[in-house]
Amino acid sequence: MKIRIELPFHLRNLAQTGREVEVEVAAPVSLERVLDALEERYPVLRGNIRNHHDKKRRELVRFFACEEDISNDDPSLKLPAAVQAGKEPLIILGAIAGG
Amino acid sequence: MPSVRVLVGTRKGAFIFHSDEERKRWDIQGPLFGGWEIYHMKGSPLNPNRIYASQSGGWFGQVVQRSDDGGETWEAVSNEFLYDEGPKEHKYYDGSSKPWKFVRVWHFEPSIHDPETVYAGVEDAAIFVSRDGGKSWKELAALRNFGTGQEWAPGAGGLCLHTILQDPRNPDRLFVAISSVGAFRTDDGGRTWKTITKGLHSDYLPDPDAEGGHCVHNMALHPSRPDVLFMQKHWDVMRTDNAGDLWYEISNNLPTDFGFPIAVHAHEPDTIYVVPITSDALHYPPEGKLRVYRSRNGGQHWEALGNGLPQENCYVNVLRDAMAVDQLESCGIYFGTTGGHVFVSPDGGDTWQAIAENLPSVLSVEVQTLP
Repeated sequence: MKIRIELPFHLRNLAQTGREVEVEVAAPVSLERVLDALEERYPVLRGNIRNHHDKKRRELVRFFACEEDISNDDPSLKLPAAVQAGKEPLIILGAIAGG
Repeated sequence: MPSVRVLVGTRKGAFIFHSDEERKRWDIQGPLFGGWEIYHMKGSPLNPNRIYASQSGGWFGQVVQRSDDGGETWEAVSNEFLYDEGPKEHKYYDGSSKPWKFVRVWHFEPSIHDPETVYAGVEDAAIFVSRDGGKSWKELAALRNFGTGQEWAPGAGGLCLHTILQDPRNPDRLFVAISSVGAFRTDDGGRTWKTITKGLHSDYLPDPDAEGGHCVHNMALHPSRPDVLFMQKHWDVMRTDNAGDLWYEISNNLPTDFGFPIAVHAHEPDTIYVVPITSDALHYPPEGKLRVYRSRNGGQHWEALGNGLPQENCYVNVLRDAMAVDQLESCGIYFGTTGGHVFVSPDGGDTWQAIAENLPSVLSVEVQTLP
């Protein structure tokens, strides 16, 4: 399935791509499988969304899908159907932090 | 005709400045990696077109950038810094113990012996080496392992290994410094390390003469005399004549001996430079006057150099990696400020001019002298 991913400014510059990218992910489409596919296609993003060693989300990176914050959900759970169908993107963003 | 390339890391990106040997007119390239903190950039002395840049940020972590064409184009190489076996925790500000965690690269030191080897000093404090131009990294873990690692505690800027010096006579000898831990030396390529803090005295420690806990800010050496090291400590400017076995103070007539960077003239091993800062509570120059101090006799006497520098209402700081020297016949001295200035003196410190005045806060300055 083609999954749409929206990247924040700094990651899209790192990956030298546009605001939105697509990756092919076989079912079951979970957050961790989408991130695996994203890092496979754009190796420069390894370590900048999740830690290298334990794959934990970096503290100030958030994941939104279908107007829900799924950052703290189990990353092996299936993503919402609209994301799986390519109707909605998985949004990766930097948390608002600062003044 | 020789020229210089100045590599400037700031809180919001990198800038590269080019000039001829006159060092009067400058071309500016940048910002590169806009919006990211560039803690350090440094070129290989064996292959000057090879430059490493530490690109990092609180949101997305570390990127290691490498250029093989003098900064025209860049390629991200490995940012995987995995700690080897060693102490699992170090001390934290509140006395608790905290797991060792990679935060960022503070300093790259390309080898003077092998063009593909580069060292990285990182936070939480450790030294890593790459033998393949940054494509993979391995910790020289004996530094954390030889006995005191679990007692290390951060300074205000973090538990960072920020200084790496090489001995041109011996590729197996390295000196490193960590805030606020101290200084160390290896004579066997990192297999074993020795604490080199004898002679350091820090009144902020319960035992001012303790082996560990000294907040070393920066060290420098001249390649012709690598057993002589100069150190800017939190307080005190220090010198050793025996590769760190014993230090002695050379602050002498400095207006204050607090500061961050220290540098050695390219052709005069006894000519050294510091930027005195009022105190650890007041991180700006005394009297609002930005002055570099130069000693031409190894620290016995210091003279103020302010010709061309702001001499009123100047309240900036100069960070530990933000001063460098070039190798031209008339040695150039460079430094950057937290106020976004970059200054150059093409005559060893006698006169100064601004290369740039409104950059983001400057974290690091390095200079390459090109044939």
